[in-house]
Amino acid sequence: MKHKKIISAVVGAAVAGTIGFGAHANEMVKYEVVDGTIPQSLTGVAGDVANGKKVAINRKKGNCLACHTMPIPEEQFHGLTGPSLEGVAERMNEAELRMRLVDPKVVAYDTMMPSFYRTGQHRVLKDFEGKTILEAQEIEDVIAYLRTLK
Amino acid sequence: MHKVKSVTAMAVLLGAGLALGACTTESTTKDVMKHPYKEVWSGYSTATPETRAMQDDDFANPYMPYVDAAAELWDTPAGEAKKSCADCHGAPDDAKGGSMGIPMKGVGAKYPAYDPESHGPINVELRIQKCQTDHQKAKPFKYESDELLGMTGLVVMQSRGMKRETKAAEQSDPLYPAWLQGKAFYYQRRGQLDLACKHCHEDNAAILVRAELLSQGQSNGFPTYRLKWQKPGSLHRRFRGCNNNIRSEPYAYGSDEYLALETYLAWRGRGLPIEGPSVRK
Ligand code: HEC
Ligand code: HEC
Repeated sequence: MKHKKIISAVVGAAVAGTIGFGAHANEMVKYEVVDGTIPQSLTGVAGDVANGKKVAINRKKGNCLACHTMPIPEEQFHGLTGPSLEGVAERMNEAELRMRLVDPKVVAYDTMMPSFYRTGQHRVLKDFEGKTILEAQEIEDVIAYLRTLK
Repeated sequence: MHKVKSVTAMAVLLGAGLALGACTTESTTKDVMKHPYKEVWSGYSTATPETRAMQDDDFANPYMPYVDAAAELWDTPAGEAKKSCADCHGAPDDAKGGSMGIPMKGVGAKYPAYDPESHGPINVELRIQKCQTDHQKAKPFKYESDELLGMTGLVVMQSRGMKRETKAAEQSDPLYPAWLQGKAFYYQRRGQLDLACKHCHEDNAAILVRAELLSQGQSNGFPTYRLKWQKPGSLHRRFRGCNNNIRSEPYAYGSDEYLALETYLAWRGRGLPIEGPSVRK
């Protein structure tokens, strides 16, 4: 039996963009959680591997290296609070990865990993209120990059 | 009576964000007070050799010039009352505590204390300000000013090596409500990154986040000189930093929220030796 849940769209406030970080308060894309995965692409546009790698590294965007070791030797200091992402494409499919990035708490209640496509957290800094950490297409780009980690 | 107790215990667990089945009052209360760490250790343990060496030698500790300046203010009469700290407390290291019989030694180890006026916790910074207002009839130093940081360092230093103590987790203690509030704060996710203190300082202590080696986030080293700040800083400045880093709106210096968190943190670090003013990266 499939468990289906629709997460409703959240309309964010107007874009201020004073700091110029990625997270824009555009209308959020609706997505469907199916058995702890998100099978459908958020945008329908194929992810860009090169940009995905950039977003993953960028400290103001994914900042994945804060917590994960990744096969990116040119970057110093990989964090160790999360599992290594080397070979992650062999362990997880696209739908599972999308869930992990969009809102990992759905599958790991107590995880340290941020929800990269969610709003409404407690006491968010004014500049980031109503904004997601990554944009929908950036999520797809990171997934495309992670899929190359075989 | 019994009912009241278990309701409080429930509140504690809910505050901690834990799911709770049916428990007896006894075991619930004990669980709540159980120490979160197997072993308690200071941020000194994960500090760099450079900052440790600076902290170990008062002549190298960049905090000390601020303490020296405060030592002069200690002896200087101020305010309408034209009284100095020394007039009431003697020298900062006077074991008898001067004419009032209130020594500075021990203050750093047992604060935050209960303030009957505010019915809540008072920390060293606010206590100094209170002495300025009430006893010197002077305008208090501003929170996070060089003067207040210096004076806090001077006071806390008298307790170096003493062990942190607190009874705030006991229901009979007047600081118990603040302890509960602080605990709820510690375990609540916040900010765009959606992290609680516990995710970094309980679940991942001694583990690297990027180039930073996480400590237990204890308070025994405060106030501290941070090389990154190029300046001394209070515990509340550190709280604001940790809140900001996860993109969470910080609270004000000396706010009830941070005083409660400070009260709870003291309990998490009970038994640790007071190190302030320490040096950190
Ligand atoms: C603040 C810490 C943190 C950040 C930042 C972070 N993660 Fe994670 N991540 C974790 C933790 C911890 C886990 C695993 C355990 C769990 O679920 O709590 C995890 C698990 C994962 C997994 C599942 C891996 C497996 O083998 O099960 C993937 C995939 C992943 N993260 C990708 C990413 C990507 C991509 C980014 C950046 C866009 C990122 N993470 C940022 C902490 C983090
Ligand atoms: C994203 C991770 C993260 C979160 C969440 C976090 N901190 Fe920190 N904290 C750090 C880092 C990194 C440092 C510097 C290295 C160290 O001492 O751990 C630090 C340092 C500290 C220190 C200084 C310890 C010392 O000995 O110098 C205290 C106190 C502290 N944190 C308290 C807190 C409290 C209270 C919260 C919650 C309101 C919190 N932190 C949330 C990452 C975090």
